[in-house]
Formats: sequence, C-alpha cells, structure tokens
Amino acid sequence: MNAELSVGALSKRYGTLEALHEVSFNAHPGELVAVIGPNGAGKTTLLSIIAGAQTASAGTVAPGPDRVGWAPQQPALYSKLSVAENLELFARLEGVPDRADAVGRMLDQTGLRGRADERVARLSGGNRQRVNVALGLIANPPVLALDEPSASLDPAQRERLWQFIVALAAGGTTVVFSTHNVVEAQRYADRAIVLADGRLVFDGTPQALMREAGEAQDGDMERALVAFLAQRGSREETSG
Amino acid sequence: MRSLFVKDLLILRRSRLLLALLIIYPVAIALLIGFAISRSPSRPRVAIVDETPAGETVQVGNQRVSVSQYADQLFSQVQSVRVGTRQEAIEQVKSGSVIAAVVIPPDIAAKISSLDRASLEVLYNGDALEQSLVQSTLNSAIAQANSAFSEQIQQAAAKALNALLEGGNLSILGAPQNLIGLHQIPPELKALIARQPPGRDRQALERIDAFAGFAAENLALSKNVLSTVGQPIQVKSSLLHGRRTPLNTFAVVVAVTVSLMFVCVLLAAGGLALEREEHALSRLLRGLVSREALLAEKGSLAAACAFVVALAMLAGVGAFVTLEWSRAGLWVVALVFGAAAFAALGVAIGALAREVRAASLLAILMSLPLAFLALVPQGSVGHGFYVAIGVVSFVFPFKAALQALDAAVNDASPAIGGSLLHLAVLTIVFGALARLGLRQAE
Repeated sequence: MNAELSVGALSKRYGTLEALHEVSFNAHPGELVAVIGPNGAGKTTLLSIIAGAQTASAGTVAPGPDRVGWAPQQPALYSKLSVAENLELFARLEGVPDRADAVGRMLDQTGLRGRADERVARLSGGNRQRVNVALGLIANPPVLALDEPSASLDPAQRERLWQFIVALAAGGTTVVFSTHNVVEAQRYADRAIVLADGRLVFDGTPQALMREAGEAQDGDMERALVAFLAQRGSREETSG
Repeated sequence: MRSLFVKDLLILRRSRLLLALLIIYPVAIALLIGFAISRSPSRPRVAIVDETPAGETVQVGNQRVSVSQYADQLFSQVQSVRVGTRQEAIEQVKSGSVIAAVVIPPDIAAKISSLDRASLEVLYNGDALEQSLVQSTLNSAIAQANSAFSEQIQQAAAKALNALLEGGNLSILGAPQNLIGLHQIPPELKALIARQPPGRDRQALERIDAFAGFAAENLALSKNVLSTVGQPIQVKSSLLHGRRTPLNTFAVVVAVTVSLMFVCVLLAAGGLALEREEHALSRLLRGLVSREALLAEKGSLAAACAFVVALAMLAGVGAFVTLEWSRAGLWVVALVFGAAAFAALGVAIGALAREVRAASLLAILMSLPLAFLALVPQGSVGHGFYVAIGVVSFVFPFKAALQALDAAVNDASPAIGGSLLHLAVLTIVFGALARLGLRQAE
C-alpha cells in the first residue's frame, strides 16, 4: 500500500536546542497514528511541521500543507463568529470550490447543524474542539494532523470526538494525532509512534509496545510506556 | 485578503463597545475642541466699574482726552460686564459669573492731569492656577488699553507742542489770540536786530534770538521723544520660512493627528494580536495567507477606520473653526499617508504582543509619549535633550503626520512633500519590523 504521509529524517532546531532529530515514518490511507511521549519530546513540533505551521531545519514531509488538515491543541477559532461563519471563512481561505456543500458536510459530521448560527464563544469546550477539527477537514484533506484533540474535554465529550475521528479514518483519511492520554492511543490507534528527546524511539502497534515493555496485552499501556522509556534510558546509560 | 477583511469588519461590528468608542470618540473630541475654541479664554469675562464722573477728561495742553475712551479700550479687550458699584463687582467675582473685576477710580483723570501715577484696582477669585491665568490674560488686556490710551495722550501733547512751534490760536485758558510760533520768532527778530545799532540793546536781542532758535529746534525734537517714550521699543516680526499657523487650527490638527494615531495604532495592534489570542495565526500562516498579506490586511483595516474617524473629526471641527475646504484633497493625502505609517507601527506592536490587552497597553504606552515629545517646543528643554527628542520624534510617525496635516490644513511649514516622503519611509520600515516580529513570534 502506498504511504499517504511520508516523513523523512525530519529535524528541527531552536538555536542550540534540537527539538526533533531525524524522525522518519510513513502513514497509510485510513490509518490512525498516535504520537506519544513525555513532555518536551517534540510531539507538537512534529505535528506543526507536518501541518506546515512550522518549517523543518532538515528533512522532508509529503504531502505539502495544502493536502494536510490541521487542528492545533488550542481551538483556533474566531469566538465572535458563528460556527457556520468560521467554517465558511476557512473554506474560502482554503479555496474550496463548493463552500456551501463543504460547510453543510462539516456541520453534519460534527453534529452541530442545530448550532450553526451560534457564536463560538457560547459553545462548550467539546463543541469548540469539534469545530476546530472540522476546520482542519473543511478542504477534505487526505491527511489530518490533530494535536492533543481531546485535551480539556470531559469523558462524554472525548467519547463523541473519538467517534467522529474514527469515522473519518474509516472513510479513508489518514489521521496522525498526539496525546498525553496513552489509553486513547491504546484504544483508537492503529499504530503508535513514541518520541523521546526529539527522537523516534518506537514505531509499531500499541500491542507491540506492550510486548516490548513486558506488559500483558490486556494490561495498562501507560504503565507500559513508562516501563519502555525507563528500559530505554537504562540501555542508553549502559551503552553510554 | 478580502475574506479576512470582511471577517475583521464583522468582528468589529460585533464588538459593540469598541464600535461605540470609534463613533463616540471622534464626535466627542470634535465637539470639545469646537466648544473650547469658540469659547476662547483670550477674551475673559470681566466686570468693569467706571467710577469716573460722566464726561471726565484729561487735559493735555489745548487737548482733552476722555477717560471713557480708556474704559472703551479696556472693554474691547475683554468680555465686559458693566456694573455700577465696587461692591456689586465683588459679588460677581465671588459668585464666579465673572473671572475678575476692574475698578476705574473717580480721581484717575485728575491724577493723570497732575502727572501723578494713576492706578486701577483689579479683583480676582479662584485657585492659584486660575489666578495666574486670569492675571496674565487681564494684565495683557490692561497693557493694551494703557498703550492705546497713552498714544492718545501723546498725540494730544504733540498737537500742543506743534501749536507752540507754529503759533496761532492755542485755545488754552489765558493764552493770547494769534500767538506767534517759536519757529516764526528768529526771522522776525533777525530783521529787528539788523535795524538796531551796535550796543547793549542789540547784544540783548541777539541773546534772545539765540535762545528762540535753540528752543524751537529742541521742541521740534521733543515731539519725536514723546513718540519714543510712548512706545520705546517697536517689535518688527519676520517669519523666516513658511506661514504662521493660527493657534486654533493648529489645535485642531493636533487633536485630529492624535485621534488618527490612537485609532490606527490600537486597531492594527489589537487586530493582529487577536489572531494570536484566538490561536488562528498559525492556522492562517501555514499557507492560507502570506505574512505580508496578513500585515497588509490588518494595517489597511486600521488605516481605513482611522482615516474615516479623522476625516469626520476634521469635518466636525470645521463647524466651529474656519478651515479651507479647497485644500480638502491635501487633507485626504496627509491623512492617508499618516494612517499608513501609524498602521505599520500598530502591526509592529501587534506582532510583539501575544494578547489584545497587552497590545492595546503597549500601543497606548508608546503613542502617548510620542505625541507629547513631538509637541515639546524648542528652548523649553536643554539643547542635548531637545536633540534626543528630535531623534525619537523622527523615527516615529507622529511628528511627521502632524507636520503633513498642518501643511495640508494650514499651508504651514515644512512643505507637505517632505513629510509625506518621511511617512512613506516610516511605513516601509515599520512594516518590515512587523514582518520580522511576526516571524520571531511564531
């Protein structure tokens, strides 16, 4: 199967700090890829570069940002505009030919048709996040990059959002998402990529990560990730 | 860019407080300036008590100068309120219906006629600052009245001296009719001396002739001395370049430029900071809009709003102050260039700030000192400090915008072309800084 998203030897430097070091991976159509790792591992930087919001110091990303939808961690919406006005604006900026159709489709997919004329400022956090994701999808991109999409949502809102994302992937969209909630990666992702100190240290299924860390298949993935990172640290100390 | 422009207009329309301020602010400022100028404090409301008897005059030679002329002169310098008595004047000053009272005493004519120093009584009220302002305004008015009155007396004295020199009927109590003038004595006397044989009588007549000639010569000189004493130093003003701007129209130009700056800088800085506050900046700049287009859009919107506000202010103030509407084309040009430079400064500030509130605060903190510094007159501070102020004023757009608008509205110096060029350069420089700031902030 051809890769829909291809990241090759991606590096990013902020002065002397190396946020990403030669990160490479592929993602296929309809695949749900979770990017996990500790704070400061480079997850947001990786997704921002994939989305075209930041430029890489070295390496390649394909496709270009025009074929990647993006939902940043903080909902990037205009609070004084309504849901429909936000969608309409970004449909225009993305150059969507049939804007009315795109807006209607997104309202249906997010389940916000009844609140289309409501100003974003009056929406709950969960609904804002849904609009945030919808803005990333308005141009019907083949790849969607989601940075911590479920952060600050309550369990019910999280559940609705994941149903929405899983349905997108089922429709053929490649979804790459970062999360601190490792259980979400275990539950929804087809693949997990583990970043630590800007380096890709694991690329495989969540089940493979569990095995690698010595955790049972029905065990706790968060515990497995901590154990995996600890083992890796010990190995580096020993080899160092 | 058009989509963003429409979006920002929609957001602006929905920001009711900001919109109300944008409409109310120029109207309020225009009205305040208009009223302040039309009720100028240069003609203070003063009660005048004239205690001199009706028809009282000061006798100078054969001339009489009416004391009421002095009162009339004083009335023309102030908004006069004639009151009958000193007590009535005191009550008016205390109640605040007049800012001061001037009492012309009944013996003023007698004192002037007897070469004694006459005096006026001036009554004030109010706090130290108000007293100082009233005193300075009233002193100026009294000085002008004194000057005019002394000129009348000087003219009367000059006429009397002329009569002594040229002869005729002097009409002074006790003076004989058809009096010979001092100028006419020497020829008459010389003819008499020529007929006189040498001796003591002839010598005495020759001494009288010498005195008459000397007296005529020096009395003629004293006419010039009188005019010199009346106005010892005459001021001749020469403007080296440009045209003098009337204070009231300059005040209008300052108010309009300050409004143009505030509205433009605040809107541009706030508009750009809003994109970051709403986390939309990174979404826009990932290929949907270029940085240059985004800065141009924010700057254009701010400049357009500020231009409308400033033009409305000029038109509003025009109801109170005479403005040359034939120069309206130049107003537009000056406002457009000024708005562009302020917008560039605004987006540069907006590129640095992460929140609208921080951007607004930064915009106000930068704009206010710039306006004050640009208005510091030469000589009011030390040379080094003034040079430093000049440098700061040069690198920010307020002074250049003020000069451009002053030239456009009042045909003032320096010429508008230089100021417009200066503003265009500042627009480019601040635009480049905004572009750099936006890149650094990402």
